Amino acid sequence: MNAPDQNQTVRATDLTRQFGDRVAVNQVSFSLNRGEVLGFLGPNGAGKTTTMQMLTGNLAPTAGQVEICGIDMLERPTEAKARIGYLPETPPLYRDLTVNEFLQLAGRLHRVPKKELAGAVESAKQRCGIGDVGQRLIGALSKGYQQRVGIAQAIIHNPDVVILDEPTVGLDPNQIRDIRALIRELGGAHSVILSTHILPEVEQVCSRVQIIHKGRLVFADTLGGVKEFRGRSLMLGLRNAPPIEAIAEVPGVGRVEPARGGLFRIEPQPDTDPTDALVQASWDNGWGLFQLAPAVSSIEDVFVQLTHREETV
Amino acid sequence: MIFTVAGKELRALFSSPLAWVVLAFLQVTMGWILVTRLDAYLSVQTQLMQMDTPPGVTEIIVAPIFGAAAVILIMAVPLLSMRLIAEERRNQTMTFLISAPLSMTQIVLGKFVGLYSFLMLSVGLILVMAASMYLGGRLDLGLLGTLSLGLALLIAAFAAVGVFFSSLTAQPVVAATATLATLLGLWLLNMSQASPDSPFLMLALIRRYESFTKGLIDTGDIVFLLVFTAVFLILAIRRLDSDRLGG
Repeated sequence: MNAPDQNQTVRATDLTRQFGDRVAVNQVSFSLNRGEVLGFLGPNGAGKTTTMQMLTGNLAPTAGQVEICGIDMLERPTEAKARIGYLPETPPLYRDLTVNEFLQLAGRLHRVPKKELAGAVESAKQRCGIGDVGQRLIGALSKGYQQRVGIAQAIIHNPDVVILDEPTVGLDPNQIRDIRALIRELGGAHSVILSTHILPEVEQVCSRVQIIHKGRLVFADTLGGVKEFRGRSLMLGLRNAPPIEAIAEVPGVGRVEPARGGLFRIEPQPDTDPTDALVQASWDNGWGLFQLAPAVSSIEDVFVQLTHREETV
Repeated sequence: MIFTVAGKELRALFSSPLAWVVLAFLQVTMGWILVTRLDAYLSVQTQLMQMDTPPGVTEIIVAPIFGAAAVILIMAVPLLSMRLIAEERRNQTMTFLISAPLSMTQIVLGKFVGLYSFLMLSVGLILVMAASMYLGGRLDLGLLGTLSLGLALLIAAFAAVGVFFSSLTAQPVVAATATLATLLGLWLLNMSQASPDSPFLMLALIRRYESFTKGLIDTGDIVFLLVFTAVFLILAIRRLDSDRLGG
């Protein structure tokens, strides 16, 4: 296990955290490679923030292990932390410093060499679009600008891993687009872990998705994998649609429900493929088939299904 | 790294009006005591001349200033130390320091050094005031040295207590009150009627400081004050560590 893959930036093994009797995070394991953007999803109170606090060394795990670029967070915390940039839920900003002063402090604390400090501050400001507020006090900035200062502080030392806890909260739509573009750009050379409630955001910027629910990881796959999650469903389009019951009688069809755009979503019966039968039935009855395609499931489908289902258990 | 944190704390102190008010208050009080002591000295000067070994300017004017400075600092230190960790907790900026590649020891020492440098600045101002006595006479540099050493060690002990209580809570006011109570308590321990060599009295800070004001350098006192400082700083470090562990 001590032959760290050069490409692997984060590895969490059986992370567990208890607060008294309550298990906030239960045996969560995952790993992340350079160049990946991981979307970390979950309902409120699912353990997202706790997991992030453990990854960044703010909270010691009850059990389990965190490795950042092969460096153990518990054994060599300062070396591991030097490779992480972290934006917590509440951006940690000193309100009585100016943006420049604050970023210089962040750079120095993260061991940016003196000669490169001015350049690092400048480029972090440029990337986060706060170049014009350098001289202003952080306390006097709007929420959106403060949020961006928080992101700038997390990327100033060019970390291998950037961990962002809900980075687009409080931003206007233009700023959100800029930040998403920035996250995609960061994903090129670094690894990014992004926690968010905004599902389309994940579809836009992430290459991998993880869903945590009640402290357990319930879903972990690539974005492509999400689309195949319920890939057995079919979308059926008919020009002369019969009553739903007629479609349901086609052999192999399990459940039929109307979907948007006059389409029908077909759930096949287990271990059958009703495609041929549907084409045949349409031809025989003159339903006017114009579309028959695998249904693409969205992250929202997956999210609701996984986190909702477990609640009813 | 310690000095980066210390620099941040110094900057924070100087950007708050509180620090300036405390400095001004300290300076005005010290100045006032200096003037009254000088007055008293001048009025008894002729009698003093008739003594065989008359007490010098340093003993009569400067030593009381240092004595008063210690008492005033008991009140000033809690005001300056209360924000160090408590406020970072409350504003949730502690994450910023903990996520940075710093050990808890570096964070606590950085904050201590920052506060200590600020406090030493006020000692420096008192020294400048004492040096003004050179305009009209001579100073006993040896006594001035022990006075400064004593005050420097005493302030370190005060600051360490302040840092510790600030690490316990997220409410600066609670930290200030607890620090004040502890410092006053330790200061006043010797007012109790206990026998002079009761172990209880060993902790009385005023007794530790007194020998310095007499021009004595007692290694026991120096070691006591250094250990006292170290104990409270270690407690503060442990406390921050247990935050991470306990949650």
